Amino acid sequence: MTGPAGLSKPDAGVSRDRASMKIVPVRHPWRWVTSGVILVLVAMLVNSLLFSHVVRGGTREGRFQWAVVGHYLFATPVLRGIVVTLELTVIAMVAGVVIGIILAVMRLSPNRLLSGSAWLYIWFFRGTPVLVQLTFWYVGISYLYTHLTLGVPFGAALVTLNSTTLITSFVAGALGLSLNEGAYMSEIVRAGIISVDEGQTEAAASLGMSKGLTLRKIVLPQAMRIIIPPTGNETISMLKTTSLVSVISGVDLFQATQNISNTNYEVVPLLVVASLWYLFFTSILTIGQFYVERYYARGAARALPPTPFQRLKMSLHHVRAKPVPALSEVPWVAPHD
Amino acid sequence: MVEAIGVHKAYGRLEVLKGIDLTVQRGEVLCLIGPSGSGKSTFLRCINHLEKIDGGALSVDGELVGYRQSGNRLYELKDHEVCGKRAEIGMVFQRFNLFPHMSVLDNITSGPLWVKKAPGGSSKDRARQLLDRVGLADKVDAYPNQLSGGQQQRVAIARALAMDPKLMLFDEPTSALDPELVGDVLDVMRDLADEGMTMIIVTHEMGFAREVGDVVVFMDGGVVVEQGDPTQVLTDPQHERTRSFLAKVL
Repeated sequence: MTGPAGLSKPDAGVSRDRASMKIVPVRHPWRWVTSGVILVLVAMLVNSLLFSHVVRGGTREGRFQWAVVGHYLFATPVLRGIVVTLELTVIAMVAGVVIGIILAVMRLSPNRLLSGSAWLYIWFFRGTPVLVQLTFWYVGISYLYTHLTLGVPFGAALVTLNSTTLITSFVAGALGLSLNEGAYMSEIVRAGIISVDEGQTEAAASLGMSKGLTLRKIVLPQAMRIIIPPTGNETISMLKTTSLVSVISGVDLFQATQNISNTNYEVVPLLVVASLWYLFFTSILTIGQFYVERYYARGAARALPPTPFQRLKMSLHHVRAKPVPALSEVPWVAPHD
Repeated sequence: MVEAIGVHKAYGRLEVLKGIDLTVQRGEVLCLIGPSGSGKSTFLRCINHLEKIDGGALSVDGELVGYRQSGNRLYELKDHEVCGKRAEIGMVFQRFNLFPHMSVLDNITSGPLWVKKAPGGSSKDRARQLLDRVGLADKVDAYPNQLSGGQQQRVAIARALAMDPKLMLFDEPTSALDPELVGDVLDVMRDLADEGMTMIIVTHEMGFAREVGDVVVFMDGGVVVEQGDPTQVLTDPQHERTRSFLAKVL
């Protein structure tokens, strides 16, 4: 016969033993299998990219002709094309964001005419392909309006300009991309503005802030947290959409590489040149987006996510620090804070 | 300081205020009590024109809220005129509504800097003074989400005080707080009352209303049911409705 006292004694002994036992973590065999498959695929890809050869026109050469790629990667026409691509991206995004904010505020206005016209704008520019819009700006405008006049409506003209000289392919490209981007940005900005708690506007109003001041200093900075990620997306998308100006005889990065391959027939290596540059710039934009998002997360997250450098520093520190103590050294009950 | 005569307010067909008559003297602390949906908060929000009244007259410091009288006509105030009026009235919200993207100091200096265009140095000094007064001198550089609810509410009070208001409105300032944090906020409000600030407080803290209030007003169904000396209203209510409400909350 064992009494309650007899039961409790060995129990206490068992739990002390458990505290010093070795811990065997859960094994994940399938992770090893899938990792193996992926490693083989990566090896095949690297081999194909760098080491495989092919016979073209009787001569054996590297499959991807990296020498040709290297030769044109920093060619002057390519670099000029890059400048055009970057200029168009920056102009279209800056103008797009400004137009977007204006349209978003208009759409949220209680004035029906304002919100209605913003709606109409968005309907039109989202409803037509940007390729059509670009072509329209390039050829349509000078066809419809041979001269553009600045002056009093229905009255005297102050400045008159010739459309064909004014609307170059660059101007048409910048105009078309900006106006189109504005429609998309307005929806992004509107979503951001709506996401800000109404209490914020009320608190600002109770301090005597005007609507404009409240929008600039209170609502938009908070809306940024919602606005930034899709805007980064739009910027990356825009960088590549600028290649559409090639159809209206704009010479951007893509058209520059096309021009070269039209003369030397090295089509694929020049496509690779263009792709490498697009990848390079999207990588930079991605990094930039991370830091901008981090900046606007102030006050939203209790602790900001570490930057890659901080993470590297932490892991280095971790390696140098003494290893994690075994469970037996950890007190059974972690203190609550 | 505040005078309401037959104030009406409706949201569509729903009448929230059905003729409120109230007077608040300078330096007086008025506590508005009543069940939820009785129109207390709505009335409070009418005072600084966060809500527009549909009927009656409401004036602060002898001037109509939201309108300017000229001859026989009332002209609706322009946006910037309304802002000017609001800048003189402090408001504290149930959900604090601190600006989360700004530090505590920037929250407090936002009004003086941007609305009053006060110089930066003196605004910051004043903000530090106010923070010290609400017992949060060490939280100058903190962000709102690093503070407890009670601390946030005290910062919100400091933010409202930074505008040197002539009237302070409190909309259930302790309703969103953990019970143990309520005391600190009430202490700050008690100090304010002792200094002679004119205050209108929508509250469920009956003990506080009795201790600090000069007048208690019981509202129900969009009307003032009963008002008077706090001790008298809270311990010996004259109306059946007041009695049944107090029986539930006390």
